[in-house]
Amino acid sequence: MSEHVVSPKIYVVILLALLLGTYLTVSAALRDFGPWNIVIALAIATTKATLVVLYFMHARYSPKRTQLVIMCGVFWLALLLFMTMSDYVSRIDYRGVRFPASQNVTFDLSRHS
Amino acid sequence: MHRTGELYGQFKTLEQQKETATLGMWIFLVTEVLFFGGMFLTYTVNRHMYFTAFGVGGNMLDLRLGATNTVVLIASSFTMAMSVWSAQTNRKKLLPLCLILTLVLGCAFLGIKYVEYKQKFDHHLVPGHSFDLTYRINHPAPGDDPSELENERKEIEDALRTEAPGNPQQALTALNAHAQLYFSLYFGNTGVHALHMVVGAGLLIWVIKESFKGRFSASYNTPIEIIGLYWHFVDIVWIYLFALLYLINRHPV
Repeated sequence: MSEHVVSPKIYVVILLALLLGTYLTVSAALRDFGPWNIVIALAIATTKATLVVLYFMHARYSPKRTQLVIMCGVFWLALLLFMTMSDYVSRIDYRGVRFPASQNVTFDLSRHS
Repeated sequence: MHRTGELYGQFKTLEQQKETATLGMWIFLVTEVLFFGGMFLTYTVNRHMYFTAFGVGGNMLDLRLGATNTVVLIASSFTMAMSVWSAQTNRKKLLPLCLILTLVLGCAFLGIKYVEYKQKFDHHLVPGHSFDLTYRINHPAPGDDPSELENERKEIEDALRTEAPGNPQQALTALNAHAQLYFSLYFGNTGVHALHMVVGAGLLIWVIKESFKGRFSASYNTPIEIIGLYWHFVDIVWIYLFALLYLINRHPV
């Protein structure tokens, strides 16, 4: 069999990295970084997920066509989130009111004419 | 179907059979990514619309239990990976042990999830007629930590000031409605995730049984690899759920 056997040493290193990531993400969440809190939480989650896919799920050692399938999934998910959110964050109704009511900014166009 | 040992007739070698099965599993997992993607999208849109209320909802979750569950699930992913290694290297005694450990950790996750759900029922945070964000601070239970209750009161008062400074009663109604949406998404997302865990536990029970019969070896271990992929995927979903539900806009306890 030519299949790649990942050694327990690598699995232990990934386990420790994932536990460290969990510790870091919880301690970062309890500090105030303003708008960066979300970015930090998602960046750490994505790093952890990438480690799981590459090593626990053997994506790094998989044939190219399997890697292509994985990348397609990631790409479709990115498309789904990006296109929908670019719609939602740019909605302004006919009164000039931005969509999330809690961030309302109103402006009067008639003053400028 | 024609079958020689573990090799089905349409394949030339066990290796080719395993590669095909693995590719098929990944295609299934991509559909799962898009399925959970839709749920995460719904959450993201609503989080964007009702940021304050979702922050209040998130702060009502038990961070300690959530973090513990993250650690438990990561540990179970490790024992699952070790199961794959045991099978690949013909360790026929270690394999069932690793699989049983994975199952035990999976069940521990579901047990902790049960404790969390029970808390939410006790605190009237389950969407429906009796949903009330202020229930816990108005009806403290004997064992409640006073500083935790004080934090919840402050959280709600701050949110009311941001949502509608003029009319507190109207603001509280709106806050309750939007926090209820948060908890609907919380129960929906974590519920579907827990359902995946139950399915994974069922699959594990089956491979544990087969591994005791000595069915898996270095040449044939496809089911272990496939169930491993599924188990790790469910772990990844939780990694994101934990970040999105528990950690955003968290205030120190």
